[in-house]
Amino acid sequence: RRIHNMAFTLYSLIQAAILCVNAVAVLHEERFLSKIGWGVDQSVGGFGDEPGIKVQLMTLVRSVRTVMRVPLIAVNSVCIVLLLLFG
Amino acid sequence: MDLPHHGYRATAKPRARAAPPTADSVLFDDTSSGGAPAMNSQAYYTPGYNMAAPTNDMQGGVGVNNLFTDPMANAAMMYGSSLANQGKDMVNKEISRFMSMNKLKYFFAVDTRYVLKKLMILMFPYTHQDWEVRYHRDTPLPPRQDVNAPDLYIPTMAFITYILLAGMALGIQKRFSPEVLGLCASTALVWVIIEVLVMLLSLYLLTVHSDLSTFDLIAYSGYKYVGMIFTMLCGLLFGSDGYYVALAWSSCALMFFIVRSLKMKILTSLSSDSMGTASSAKPHLRLYITVATALFQPIIIYWLTSHLIRRAFHHLHHTVRTTQTEPLSTHMIRVPRVRYGDIFCIISPSLVNPGFYLSTFDKA
Repeated sequence: RRIHNMAFTLYSLIQAAILCVNAVAVLHEERFLSKIGWGVDQSVGGFGDEPGIKVQLMTLVRSVRTVMRVPLIAVNSVCIVLLLLFG
Repeated sequence: MDLPHHGYRATAKPRARAAPPTADSVLFDDTSSGGAPAMNSQAYYTPGYNMAAPTNDMQGGVGVNNLFTDPMANAAMMYGSSLANQGKDMVNKEISRFMSMNKLKYFFAVDTRYVLKKLMILMFPYTHQDWEVRYHRDTPLPPRQDVNAPDLYIPTMAFITYILLAGMALGIQKRFSPEVLGLCASTALVWVIIEVLVMLLSLYLLTVHSDLSTFDLIAYSGYKYVGMIFTMLCGLLFGSDGYYVALAWSSCALMFFIVRSLKMKILTSLSSDSMGTASSAKPHLRLYITVATALFQPIIIYWLTSHLIRRAFHHLHHTVRTTQTEPLSTHMIRVPRVRYGDIFCIISPSLVNPGFYLSTFDKA
């Protein structure tokens, strides 16, 4: 039946979340992030200062990459197997 | 085989009785440590077990065969109950790793008076004077004692009522099916999740150290369902004009409510740098967050209700005639007007249900 054009299901939310986390995880530290000034060494800014948005973003990217590395392997494998089996 | 289970039961029961009185004395008057502990805390066991447990307890664990002449059945019953206790403890431990149940209980400690006042504030917030959340020795007061405290009861009930109303609106247009109902529910849920995630992300990026927890944000996001229900009801009852008037009214009320509530928490929260070197961009950015959250509400109300209501206008207030090219209009399709009794029958379960739920708390 016709689905309303912006009807979300929880499954599509999970798909979008997996895609976003994968996108953050593939940002390579030294090949890419340092080149555009988002590297790890550039985030230790002023100590008494409140970290700005850029520093917070860089911290977020780095922590997502560190934390989600291993679970992403498992989740992606499960997704690959399921998509192969069920299309 | 009986002895270890007797021992387990004997230790499990005093432990279960000792825990509740110390924890939530502010939230609930605990009625479970009185006569029949099995009634309240283990309400999800089978009723047969429910009746057997107090009598077994009161006999002190000596094998009583009051109910079962067969000692094997009695032993099996006690074994099963100990297994169920273990399962319950394990499930509780796993769940409390993700979200603390005490924090969740705080949001459901409501009473009838609070719900009525809060609904009034949500629909007409312009006369409410004091928007400050009151504290009691560093912990926020539960919603029973503070009308400004966020709760999760109203959003949950409003969400369920919204789904029921959506089903009814679709039924009026004759395009109801159970899958569409589930789709509507999950769409609304996904929008709430997206909004909460965006709010969390923006609060983290701007290092706003407010005391807004995730549940607080879910609560404030869920208050828009009250506006949605009001808008949909007016749209169904009064047609297209009523829909737009109610949409404008509930949007303004909700925007005012959100701005006044979040202003206290976001704009005046202590940043990590509370000395004089706060950059001038920060208060502006916090204001942007508050205003953006407020502006998001009418958009999402319109988005989630218009597709349900729009076609219902024709079905409610007009009859569909056949085209002019068929002079022999033997079949003139007449869609019946909505009967207001139908609307009442659909809405009343969701009104009665909270009444029962609240009355169990009120008698404490």
